[in-house]
Amino acid sequence: MDPLAAIKVTFFQECEEQLAELEAGLLAMEEGDHDPEIVNAVFRAVHSIKGGAGAFSLEDLVRFSHVFETALDRIRSGAIEADQEAIKLLLRSADVLADHVRAARDGGTVDVGRSQAMAEALAALAEGDGSGEAEADAGDDFGDFEFKPVAFDMGEIAAEPAPTSATFNVRFYPQAALYQKANESGLLLRELTRLGDIEVELDTSGLPMLAELNPEDAYLGWTIAVTGENLTETAVREVFEWVDGDCYLDIAQTGVAAPEAPFEGASIDAMGGEVDVLALIRAAQEAEIAPAPTATATAITAGPAKQKEQALDAKAQATAREASPQTIRVDLERVDRLIDLVGELVINQAMLAQRVAECGLQRASSVAVGLDDLEHLTREIQDSVMAIRAQPVKSVFQRFPRLVREIAAMTGKEVRLIMDGENTEVDKTVIERLSDPLTHMIRNAIDHGLESPEDRVAAGKPREGVVRLAALHRSGRIVIEISDDGRGINRSRVKQIAVDKGLIAPDANLSDEEIDNLIFMAGFSTAATVSDISGRGVGMDVVRRSIQSLGGRINISSRPGQGSTFTLSLPLTLAVLDGMVVTVAGQTLVAPLTAIIESLQPKAADVKSLGPNAHVIAIRDSHVPLIDIGRSLGYRTVTPPPTEGVALLVEGEGGARAALMVDAIQGQRQVVIKSLEANYRPVPGIAAATILGDGRVALILDIDAVMVPKPHAAGATTSGADAARPASASELPLAMAG
Amino acid sequence: MTKTILTVDDSRTMRDMLHLALSEAGFRVVQAVDGLDGLDALDAAQADVIITDINMPRMDGFGFIEGVRANEKHRGTPILVLTTESDVAKKQRAREAGATGWIVKPFNPEKLIDAIRRVAA
Repeated sequence: MDPLAAIKVTFFQECEEQLAELEAGLLAMEEGDHDPEIVNAVFRAVHSIKGGAGAFSLEDLVRFSHVFETALDRIRSGAIEADQEAIKLLLRSADVLADHVRAARDGGTVDVGRSQAMAEALAALAEGDGSGEAEADAGDDFGDFEFKPVAFDMGEIAAEPAPTSATFNVRFYPQAALYQKANESGLLLRELTRLGDIEVELDTSGLPMLAELNPEDAYLGWTIAVTGENLTETAVREVFEWVDGDCYLDIAQTGVAAPEAPFEGASIDAMGGEVDVLALIRAAQEAEIAPAPTATATAITAGPAKQKEQALDAKAQATAREASPQTIRVDLERVDRLIDLVGELVINQAMLAQRVAECGLQRASSVAVGLDDLEHLTREIQDSVMAIRAQPVKSVFQRFPRLVREIAAMTGKEVRLIMDGENTEVDKTVIERLSDPLTHMIRNAIDHGLESPEDRVAAGKPREGVVRLAALHRSGRIVIEISDDGRGINRSRVKQIAVDKGLIAPDANLSDEEIDNLIFMAGFSTAATVSDISGRGVGMDVVRRSIQSLGGRINISSRPGQGSTFTLSLPLTLAVLDGMVVTVAGQTLVAPLTAIIESLQPKAADVKSLGPNAHVIAIRDSHVPLIDIGRSLGYRTVTPPPTEGVALLVEGEGGARAALMVDAIQGQRQVVIKSLEANYRPVPGIAAATILGDGRVALILDIDAVMVPKPHAAGATTSGADAARPASASELPLAMAG
Repeated sequence: MTKTILTVDDSRTMRDMLHLALSEAGFRVVQAVDGLDGLDALDAAQADVIITDINMPRMDGFGFIEGVRANEKHRGTPILVLTTESDVAKKQRAREAGATGWIVKPFNPEKLIDAIRRVAA
């Protein structure tokens, strides 16, 4: 990537960080935190965005951030007070700023009207106390803000087509302050040579006797005649721009009207044409002993340069490191490649272990011990590599304060969002794919969950509803809870809708929990009217599917009048899975361990037949369907007697249970997931594939899909589905990885 | 002799921009992320010129400049302040603190090198 493009990428990444900081700061201010450092940080965030935007000529972003910055600067200096109204405006402005940033990044557009209105409101806020300064700084059209190049005035040059020579006489008498600020007279003279020919006279008349000489003081003065084509006073003055106020400076054009003799003893000519500027610089530096450390330092390091420079470099980096967290940027592709390789390493290590075991070596033999160490190390490498992909959920959580504000405004509800555990880490892919379902659930929580402020007051609750978003680690998974303190699920209504839509039988006898879980069924939507907020044609079934596709589970618990809580449980990574390796009809399959409750040997007395191909098994007090995996995947047509196999009691996402019939259990193993969709095509009942220690491909079961009874399992295909018909497990070319 | 520039800026974007422009022009670049970090880096960097931002956490540019000017070993090092054209009051304050000159943001590489040339022999 071209380096500037790379910096642009960094800039937008930094913008996101600044936006997050801005919002966090404003929210803290809203909560009543008056720490001046917060206001400073908020100001810096906007200032920083403006600075970078200017560098990349992102005009719209510069303009908006400038107005924003001006208002914040006024607050920072105490000129205006940040009351709740003002902070609300600033929060909304932060949203618009975020829009501008994203529009600049993705090439989109922003809502011009909204942006303009916000900019005007900000300008009005900045002018709050009616002082003229703000008006001058952020006028109506914000046109005052522009970057003037520090260069020659092209206008004046253009005005005069024929080049004409001009001469300026400059009298320049530095004061001590000039040198204290590390400016150098000699360098200023050198700058003048860039404008044209110069003739210089050094005035040493101010030099005291050596005994009285104060090395920190300034005693020398210069008179310079600069002659150049189309030379303007502005250009000459600009050379002295940085020392204005720290010297006596007089600039006058000669030869035009000769305004009163510039100074006595016009000895410029007397100096004779040629002037050795460097000699003058040297003279100046020798005369002013004190402020010349630059030159001496250079001289000293000139010797054993290389090594010393490197040592210094390392030291400087070390100091820089203490101040900021030490990070490097790595292409995600490289990380993924590494993860892939580590996956291969895990498989390879397993294969090696198996081969060694087959050799019949003793457990205590040095090869076996070395292999144990290798296994341990491989695990550690795998964990460390996975940790590289892990990110705090903050990156997705931080979008929600804005979402909540917007939905609250649209629904007229008062909402407070509380977030917990933002630093909980989980795989980047999981994080990315969490955004949509979480957004949907938060929308639902506000739109359907929370009551209007009036209803809340009538119910004896505070006007402001609370939506809580929390993340935590629990037994190797990440758990995310979205709860609200609203009205809870209206069970009678949910049940009625389910009956109306034919999802359940009218006389179905469901527990409260089962009724709550009806909202996850496809085609279910409780909103009487599809609203702008939660409508969009997706229901909780879509949310559930997307969570499941991440290997996650979702549950709801609700208490009427007190609110609802959705609980998501997700794996920390999508790359590996703890599985139970089983044999079915001569095939090796893997069942995700998280779905398995227990395994048991069915007794003939416990198995009841409901028909030729339907069995249930009694497990303690309840009966669950007994499903022959071999038959449902098409490996065999005749089910062997259940008593000859093993039953795995599994639980699906919705809490439903089933017993899966397999022939034998081979053992538990962590397996590396290889996508079947990416490498082959989707197969019903199969979630993915993996490669086992002996090099064979094994399919990973999709427990929920296997549990769903298939009415047309006996080969009948649904009409029209042929073209898109996914492969069945029995057709898979399992020899492919042989 | 390669000249060394110490850049002090809390913005990664700005640090990267400066680094790109300066290293392409043949300077050695040492970076610091705020005023305090910049003061810590002085001895190690042995900078010929310092370029600093104003608005930074922990210690801002004014404090940093005063710190450099109060440092016996480094007080003679030229310091250029990164400002925007509209920061008139800030320029003045920076000069009072002891800044040598300023670079108006956004800068192009030529402007940057021009500014350095004006303060470094």
